[in-house]
Amino acid sequence: MALDKPYQDVPGTTIFDAEQSRIGYWLNQFCMSLMKGPNRERFKANEKAYLDEWPMTEDQKQAVIDRDLNRCIGLGGNIYFLAKIGATDGKSFQQMAGSMTGMTEEEYRNMMVAGGRSVEGNRRLGENGTAQPQNQPQGSATHNTLKG
Amino acid sequence: MAHISASVFTSHVPAIGAALDMGKTQEPYWQPLFQGYEYSKQWLKDNTPDVIFLVYNDHATAFSLEMIPTFAIGCADQFTPADEGWGPRPVPMVHGHPELASHIAQSVIQQDFDLTIVNKMDVDHGLTVPLSLMCGQPKEWPCKVIPFAVNVVQYPVPSGMRCFKLGQAIRRAVESFDEPLNVQIWGTGGMSHQLQGARAGLINKDFDSNFLDLLINDPEKAASIPHIDYVREAGSEGIELVMWLIARGAMSDINGHAAPKLKHRFYHVPASNTAVGHAILENA
Repeated sequence: MALDKPYQDVPGTTIFDAEQSRIGYWLNQFCMSLMKGPNRERFKANEKAYLDEWPMTEDQKQAVIDRDLNRCIGLGGNIYFLAKIGATDGKSFQQMAGSMTGMTEEEYRNMMVAGGRSVEGNRRLGENGTAQPQNQPQGSATHNTLKG
Repeated sequence: MAHISASVFTSHVPAIGAALDMGKTQEPYWQPLFQGYEYSKQWLKDNTPDVIFLVYNDHATAFSLEMIPTFAIGCADQFTPADEGWGPRPVPMVHGHPELASHIAQSVIQQDFDLTIVNKMDVDHGLTVPLSLMCGQPKEWPCKVIPFAVNVVQYPVPSGMRCFKLGQAIRRAVESFDEPLNVQIWGTGGMSHQLQGARAGLINKDFDSNFLDLLINDPEKAASIPHIDYVREAGSEGIELVMWLIARGAMSDINGHAAPKLKHRFYHVPASNTAVGHAILENA
């Protein structure tokens, strides 16, 4: 019998459930390894070589190299684990979250200072809020990644 | 006998810790937030407990995907502030209360809540940011702290009602400890926020305000909010609010005594990606 997953119709949102956790196990465990300074140094010196030490899929490795956090999450990553990559790059949580929206850092920060993203139109797929698939990308960022 | 005197509720945003550690509290962005905790710092000075039972969540720091305990109680003598990737926060060592912690563990497990007992654990911003907000930057924390980590990272997290009932079990456990300790229970995390995907940056003031009202005045109703409402209305990370219900369930009005006194309530948007909520309740 299928599990009850009532959260699948929330736009722009991936819930890190047991299935995502299983898919992303090694991606997330790789991220954990970046909590140790020497590992951060080895990763920065040669990202691909360091990633090849982990039994991750090639898609997962490429998403990390691209710093494409949306893709990482789609491939089983969880933001609290992926944050270790951001920390390695010297990025804040706000920069990481903003990188997933298509907004520039300044656009995202201004949205937060103005009170954040409204829930109106963003509760369910099929509505027309800012987070809906038909309204992407949201800002003027040239890429949806943490690079640059 | 030990007793619970008060509960404190607060968000635990990592950027708040960074702002404190880097001396940015008077900057225009941060000043209104820290202003909201001025009362609280004085209140804690005037009402310093012997022990804080601090409910928080680990953010992939002490617990990777190797082990994911739903409820974990820290029974060690001390807990080291963790290096979360930016280097450890420059905050004091956290001293535990192993006697009370192990007493609570035994009592609560006997009340059918299967806690994981942890004797070695680094503590991340989820635990140290609330201490910083309430204590400022002391050389030592003013009292002992029992860390109580709740899984809110991998879904499904425990339900609000289970958390609320666990709080009641913790109150009974504390009240059966022979030493006359003054214990506070803190519930941390929230309020509305989402850190991922195209919906990142979601804030819902109406939900947060209503949640605070219910938490204070009708906690049973707050406890009946289903997971999906948190996700949909308060963002995927807003689900951390279930942890507040553990602290609220431990208050004595839930056991038939008079309603607690609301000493302070505060709300501010934003801290980084997050709505910050805060309240202090004293048992009557």
